[in-house]
Order: sequence, then structure tokens, then C-alpha cells
Amino acid sequence: MRRRDFLKKSAGAGLAAGAALSLGGYEKLWASSPGSAKYDMVALMGGQPEAMFDLGIQELGGMGAFVQKGQKVLIKPNIGWDVIPELAANTNPLLIKRIIEHCFKAGAKEVYVFDHTCDNWVNCYKNSGIEKAAKGAGAKVVPANSENYYQQIEIPGGVKLKSAKVHELLLSTDVFINVPILKDHNSTRMSCCLKNMMGVVWDRGYWHSNDLNQCIADYGLFEKKPALNIIDGYNVMVKHGPQGVSKEDVVQMKSQIITTDWVAGDAAAAKMLGVETEKIEYIPIAHKMGLGNMKLETLNIKRIKM
Amino acid sequence: MRSPFLRSFRIFFSALVLIGFFIVFSDFKNIIPTKYINILLYFQFVPSVIKFYDLRSIAAAGFIAVILLSLLSGRTYCSFLCPLGIGMDLFSRIGGLFKKKFRRFGFKKPHTIIRYSLLTASVIVVFIWGIYMLTLLDPYSIFGRFMTYFAKPVVILINNFVAGILHKFDVYTLDHITIKGFQLLSYSVPAAFFILIGTLSLTKGRLFCNMICPVGTLLGLLSKVSFLRIQFDESKCTRCGRCSVGCKSSCIDFLHYHVDVSRCVDCFNCIDICPDKALSYSPVKLKKKPHETDLDKRKFVAGSIMLLLGLPQIARSQEKTAPVPKKESTVKENKTSPVSPPGAGSITDFNRNCTACSLCITTCPNGVLQPALLQYGVTGIMQPVMDYHKSFCTFNCTKCTEVCPTYALSPLALEAKKLTQLGKVNFIKDNCIVKTEKTACGACSESCPTKAVYMIPYEGNLLIPETNVEICIGCGHCEFACPTRPYRAIYVDGNTVHQAAKKPENEQSEMEKPVEFPF
Repeated sequence: MRRRDFLKKSAGAGLAAGAALSLGGYEKLWASSPGSAKYDMVALMGGQPEAMFDLGIQELGGMGAFVQKGQKVLIKPNIGWDVIPELAANTNPLLIKRIIEHCFKAGAKEVYVFDHTCDNWVNCYKNSGIEKAAKGAGAKVVPANSENYYQQIEIPGGVKLKSAKVHELLLSTDVFINVPILKDHNSTRMSCCLKNMMGVVWDRGYWHSNDLNQCIADYGLFEKKPALNIIDGYNVMVKHGPQGVSKEDVVQMKSQIITTDWVAGDAAAAKMLGVETEKIEYIPIAHKMGLGNMKLETLNIKRIKM
Repeated sequence: MRSPFLRSFRIFFSALVLIGFFIVFSDFKNIIPTKYINILLYFQFVPSVIKFYDLRSIAAAGFIAVILLSLLSGRTYCSFLCPLGIGMDLFSRIGGLFKKKFRRFGFKKPHTIIRYSLLTASVIVVFIWGIYMLTLLDPYSIFGRFMTYFAKPVVILINNFVAGILHKFDVYTLDHITIKGFQLLSYSVPAAFFILIGTLSLTKGRLFCNMICPVGTLLGLLSKVSFLRIQFDESKCTRCGRCSVGCKSSCIDFLHYHVDVSRCVDCFNCIDICPDKALSYSPVKLKKKPHETDLDKRKFVAGSIMLLLGLPQIARSQEKTAPVPKKESTVKENKTSPVSPPGAGSITDFNRNCTACSLCITTCPNGVLQPALLQYGVTGIMQPVMDYHKSFCTFNCTKCTEVCPTYALSPLALEAKKLTQLGKVNFIKDNCIVKTEKTACGACSESCPTKAVYMIPYEGNLLIPETNVEICIGCGHCEFACPTRPYRAIYVDGNTVHQAAKKPENEQSEMEKPVEFPF
């Protein structure tokens, strides 16, 4: 046990060291990863969810740059609420379907989809349209409603969140793809990449009662990070988030952001939502912790209008 | 009719009914459509009477059909339609496997005083006090509680076991379900009845039906004038006594060629047993008076009592506890009334009509309905109450109102349910994380389907909840989500009479559709 602790601590120290690096150094860290690409981020606007993804992933070198033959892929959409797709509380099912198709095309052995929902999970999976879309594309739609599916993990370096119980598939799959929907949020002001991770853990109440913003950032330290973040900005809930009341809360932005850097993704998403990045407290915290780069002007962003 | 086909038909039909009820009550995936559930429920005597009293419509006249059936055919209800009775037949067979003696009944005197007292008392109590005694004694409701409290957890345990195996093979067709269990005390009445009925049926056939069950006694009275009944052909009978020994109602006095029709449940076993074809199920002929006989009795100690008592513990142990936040909340919630389920209308009406069959409790996809202890007072024990510490009421759901056989929960259209206020939200700022910890939370507001709980600016960048009671429907999602302990910072106080909530107003967002990337 001691040796394991030591190794974990070393890993944490390594991360802290990474955090201490300058921004340039930070980019080099990513450059050595298998998912390297010409751009840090591809932002798209004006197309259908599927068409935008087709084009965007191509700019990043295709799904093959992230998913190797025979790998198991986990796709984590937001399926938190028991509402229809038009109300934009859950990730667009068409987008999920297309991502799964790309994964299989790249040679994925298995693709899994789940979310730890807020509303009744059976209703959420069904009424979001995601269960049907994902199964239609050949993915396995997996329950996340019972503590049985969760395993304890440590988060070295976490300020408030030092451990958590995460869904076992997060640990057993090879590639993790984060597919949040961009939304207003009633207390953190925005739900997107980092916030979407509240759906892979069991005990969200702990986060809420122990400095929510810090916990959201802390979770980002956990070693299993998304290889890709695909932000669904097609229909965007701009108020009454994260659940929404009616279609009056939704603006059709027809946009999508694909990035390997989730802090950058969140920073860009904040701009789309028209909220100051500093006000979404977990973004600057995560930036300072070295989890990513919120300074969009320093990034190589490909912008595509369709 | 002397055909052995009668008995086979009875076994076949009753097995279908029992399996049907078993599936309905253990359907934890909510697969069975409500219309099929309602067909099964239609003929349940006590629920149907109560529903008819409320509705006065043919849609609730199942009990009239049962009365007519009894006048025609005797207590066929008890053998063909009553799930508790059928279940007892099954138990009796099991008892026979343990000891052959448990299946040797013989004629016994009727418990006349006990059974008529219980029937009279049940009726009188309903009129002057409330439904309490019927709640305890209605066979359908007793069966419903057995299923909900004891059988369903076992079914889920089996599901979880199978799901666990499938899971190892990367198959997720079945999912693991957390058995939440009820408060331990809630199990007391159903457990006592399970021990009583289990023991009686294992060892003495239908004694419960002929001594305690008020429905059995009432239908027995009607059967005294029924057209069809079991009768002796004295010219054929050799007085071998096998019919009497095989009669689980102990109602055949073969020495006097007499069948006590008030206790006979028309199981047709005697017709099957009789080697001389001396018994028939046929239109009535006049009979002689009965004569009493006595046989030795033996008592049976049910080996599974420990399992029964242990079950709630197994169920409860599956519920894992959440870590407590570092600071404890200080202000106690001030709940003046329990929250009654959707469709209850008012707590008084609801308490008057509910027999605590627990079908709504077992059907609720969210598990928010829990058996009450004393929330409604002594008379409301075991009736369903909304427990927002266990779960919350799903916005898009009217399941409980669809299945209620007594209309204690009357049907609500989904749109009407979404505007039915079960209770009102109350916010205790002094317990709220945002105030006590000075950190963001908003768990209540994000859960609120109508935004009756919304956030307003607080110190610095923080936002704190504010409530709009007018559009609150009392679903309890805020209370469920609130992370403060031991007291919640937000809770729902029940409406003794449900009210109409205002429809939430919502204006189109002023944000423009972007034409350029803002970054």
C-alpha cells in the first residue's frame, strides 16, 4: 500500500510540476500525446450537428487520431434530465450517434454510453433520445443508477475533492470522449466540459456541500482525462439551466467546439454563452491548477463557418 | 358436473391470476401497461367497493360481478380471483410436502362467532371510524403488502445477481437496482400477518379465509343461497371420507352428506378425490343439517420465520450512506403536514379510501412513496406517503394515480398533475451551504422542474436560492437534492388539501443567435 501511495503522490507531484510549467511548456505536454493535431481547438458554426462533427474531426486528423483499432471507447454525454431533445438539457442525440459511428469506423471494439442522471434514469435515457440513437449506432448504453457500478479513486492534489467514486467503465475503457451540451447553470453559471464530469461520479451531494467550483476543478486532476471534448452548441439553453422550463430558454446557435483541452473548451463555451470566464469560478481555478488553458488568444483555433 | 376438468381448470386459471399479480407487483421495470394491471384489479372486491362508492360508475362495478358470481357459483372468487387465497393454496401444497398431515384436513366446526364478529366489526368500523380494519384484513391489500414488502426485494435481489453475472460478460440488458427498503417499523404489520397467514395456510388450508377474512365471510353468506354448489349423491357415497380429509376448507361432513357452502371455496378437489363419483358441482338440492366432528391438530413452526425477519435488514443494508458535509445544519424543518401522493386530493379523503395495498408504492418508478408509520395518525398506518429524503416525485409521471384500485389516488392527466401542488416549498437560509460555507451550491434550484426555486445574487459572485410558492408543485426534488444534514435547507410542507399551482411563465430569451465566433 505504501508504495502505491508513493506512486500516486509522485504522479500528483508530476502533475503539479506540469502545472508549474509555462503555457508553452503546457502545450508541449499535449503535443506528446497520441491525440496530437494541428489545432488545439476546432470551432464550427452554421451546420447540422453531424455535418459539423464530420468536418471538425477531420480537421483534427480524423477519429483515428484518438481511437486505435480494438480499443474500448467511453462516450459521456449529458443525459441528466427527463426532457425531449428540443429543450436542450441533454446532448443532441444526432451528435452522439455520429460520434459513435466515427469511433467504430476508426476500429473501436466497443463503444459505451452512460450518464449518472439527475432525474429518473430510465426516463432520461429514453426521452433524451440518446438511448435509441446510441443503440442504433451499435453502442452499449449502460446504466449508472446504482452505487454498485462505481469504484473508489484517489485525486492526488485535490483541494476539496481528494477522492471520488467513479463509474467503473471510466476506468476499464481505453479512450474517454466527453460530449457535454453547453448550458446555463443556476449556480456555477455554466455547464460544459468540466461540469459534465459530475455525471461520472456517484456522490454529487459531496461536491455541492464542499465548494462546488473547487470540486469541479479538483476532479480535473484525476488521471483519466478525456481524449476529446466535443461541445454540443447546436441548441443552447441560455437561462433556467441546467434543467430548463420550456423552449423559451433555448437559442439555436448551431455551433460545435471540438478540443483536446477542456479548460479551453469551457472558456470558449463561456464566450458563446456570453458569460465572463472569471465568473465561472471553476474555469480560472482549473487554469491555475494547470488542467488546461483558458487563454484562448494563445491557442491555435480553427474556426469554420458552414 | 363431476368432471376432473373442473379442478384442472381451477388450478390453471388461478395460477394465471397469481402469476399475473406476482408480475404486476414485482414489475420493477414498469413494463406492464396500466390497462392490463387494471383488468386484474377490476374484480378485487374491497378496492372495487371503495372505488364504486367514490365513482358510482360501472367502471368500478367489479364487486357487483363478484356478488353475482357468488350467487351463481358460490365462493369461486376465493379460489379463482383472490390472489391471497390462491397464494394460500400454494402454501398449503408446500406444507403438504413438509408433512403429509398438513394436507389431511377433515371436517371441523365453523368459527361462527369469530368470523361474523370480524365481518360486522369491519363494516361498522368503516362507517363510524374509518377504513383501518379493512386495510388490515382486506385479502387483496394483504397480498399486495406481502408482495411489496417481501417478494419484490427478493425478485430484485435475483435480478441483481443475474445482472452481476451478465455484467461480467459486458452485457447490460439488466441493470443493478438498489433496494432501498422501508423504515424497519413499517414491516411489523405485514410481517405479523405473514407469520399468521403463512402458518395457517401451511398447516390448515383455508382457515384464514373461513375464520378471519371479511370478504370470505361475506361471500360465504351469499353462497348459502348460491345456485351451484358441491353436493352429495347419497346413493353413490360409500362414506370413505376421502373428500373430507382432502377439503382444505374443512367443510365437508361426509357422515351427514353435507357440505358447508359458506366455507366451501369451490376448489373442486373433493370431486377429483371421490372414488365413487358421489360428489358433484350442480344446481342446488335441499340438504340435511350438518353434524360436528373433531380431528387432532398439530402445530407447525415455520422454519422460514428467521428469513422473513431478516429480509428487511438485507434490504436495508443495501442502502449506502452518503458522506456528511463537514458542518451540520442547525435549524430544524417545520413540517406541519405529511405530503400525500398525487391524485389524493385531500389527506382526509385519501386516508378514508386507501387500503394500503401498496401497489402505488411498488409501482412508483422513483421509490418516493413509502408506507406511513404515524404521519397520517394511527389509522393511516402503511398508507403511502411521499418521502423526500428517499426520493422525489418525477415530473413526467402519473403512474401511482393510474394503478390505484380504490381511487384513493384518482387519475390525473399528466398536464393536470404538473400543476397539482402537493405541498409548498420552504427555504431555510440559515441551513443553506451558500450562507454557511460561502460556496456555490444550487442543488435545489437545478432540480426544480418549474423554477419555483431560483437563484438570486448573494455575496460576491455567489447566488442563493429564492422561492416562488405559487408555481411550486411540491415534487420534493429540491428537498431530495439538498446536501445539508441533519436538517435540509429546503423542504416541502404538505398541503392537507392539494391545490392548483400556477403555470410557470417563461419569456423568450433575448439572446441573439450568433453569427460570428465570440472568440
